[in-house]
Amino acid sequence: MTIMLERGARQGGSGTLPRLLAGGRRLGEHRATYGQIPLRRFGGEEGRRTLIRAITDAGLRGRGGAGFPTGRKMTSVAAGAKRPVVIANGCESEPASRKDKMLMACSPHLVLDGAVLAAHAVGADRVYLCVERGTSIADRLERELAQRDDPVKIKLVRVPRRYVSSEESALVHLINDGDGRPMAAPPRPFEKGVAGRPTLVDNVETLAHVALIAAYGPDWFREVGTRSDPGSTLVTIGGAVARPNVYEISPGMRIGEVLDAAGGAVEPIGAVLVGGYFGTWVPMPDGWGLPLTHDRTGPLGTSLGAGGIVALPAESCGLAETARVVRYLAEESAQQCGPCMFGLPAIATDLAAVAYGRCDPATRQRLMRRISQVTGRGACRHPDGATRLATSALTTFAADLETHMDGWTCTGVSRDPMLPLPDRRHRDRSWK
Amino acid sequence: MTNPNATIEGLRLQVDMIKCVGHASCFELLPERVKLDEWGYPIIETDPLPPHLVAHARRAVAACPTLALRVDGKVARQR
Repeated sequence: MTIMLERGARQGGSGTLPRLLAGGRRLGEHRATYGQIPLRRFGGEEGRRTLIRAITDAGLRGRGGAGFPTGRKMTSVAAGAKRPVVIANGCESEPASRKDKMLMACSPHLVLDGAVLAAHAVGADRVYLCVERGTSIADRLERELAQRDDPVKIKLVRVPRRYVSSEESALVHLINDGDGRPMAAPPRPFEKGVAGRPTLVDNVETLAHVALIAAYGPDWFREVGTRSDPGSTLVTIGGAVARPNVYEISPGMRIGEVLDAAGGAVEPIGAVLVGGYFGTWVPMPDGWGLPLTHDRTGPLGTSLGAGGIVALPAESCGLAETARVVRYLAEESAQQCGPCMFGLPAIATDLAAVAYGRCDPATRQRLMRRISQVTGRGACRHPDGATRLATSALTTFAADLETHMDGWTCTGVSRDPMLPLPDRRHRDRSWK
Repeated sequence: MTNPNATIEGLRLQVDMIKCVGHASCFELLPERVKLDEWGYPIIETDPLPPHLVAHARRAVAACPTLALRVDGKVARQR
């Protein structure tokens, strides 16, 4: 305990990062760095409430994309009539992000400690740890799980490699019925999820923060970040930067500073995609000073989301990049809701027409109408994310759009794409 | 998570987009509140129903072949 507190004080005193990736892969190394799980300190009914209060006071927000306050979610789950269940979401189906995979590879036991603490806080007796199937992470986690002796049952669930299968209701659906497609709401998982029990679905990074808050307290947690978005956060920085990788940053950092953390731009940057493929394009250099947090900021409502950041060179064509990604998102639709099933492919086709110079004012108008018609009409947020990306592209690359419409040749179209997409061989067709 | 500010007041028309396959009977029975998109799926106005439309809305709900339409006081999601 002393070691832990000293470490907490030292880390807190300087407010230094990294917090999450500082431990070890092995259980022994992890315990040497972070100590034992402080379960005893939060024993009993009063202890559970103290733990949830600590998470609430810390102001921790979900790191899976939505940024919902974790303490509030825990409070509603704990208040349910039945015994709750915890889902640790480590699927990370977002191609522009690999921070969860990095975290689970570097600090698996921090995530597991957090999951055990979260289960304790809400009174759950089991944890489902959800990971994409076909990755080495799942096998490695299984080995690490065998080393541990936890007071709750932890079950590893291998999830189909589909973009929407990591959505919370899709995980509940998969665990209940073996079908990894999103479900209609209500009820939301926090009311009625796995086996009809209230279910806390938290991203694995969120859970790792839960473990740190339990060990070092809310004041320590708040020493970095902003008032409304405290604590450190993991981001995946890609594109035209010197050292593309996963970084732990403090929310509130400006886009320019974040790119500098990854070694800076290697060529002139035209725009930066923030928040992965449900995110927004921010024009450069105008957006250089935009602070990145989980709150929506700037004219386009930019948010860190799950932390995927891609720097696009000025020489690349943002419209062609977006058209390609929206086509991918259309293919990844669960094909359950009409507006998503028919709307996203139609939007992808219109965007491709815009990007590849077969666009007339009528096509552009149709594209705008389709975007506004599809938004908000799916059972899950998949269509909303795709249309947000498309809208921000049409705004940020408005000048390019005019050039394309006038029939000028865009040299960016023939450049190699910057935004990563998974190999077709690594994408599942099945939902089972 | 649901929006905690979503108040339970008045009856609203709701559609389960997963169940809906676009029969469009709601559009025929309740054109005041239902429009169709270009693929034939309903775009539904989710503001509280005025009293004179409640009976019509219930009839549209009963006529939905896939039971996708419902009238209730709960808001599925704030838009």
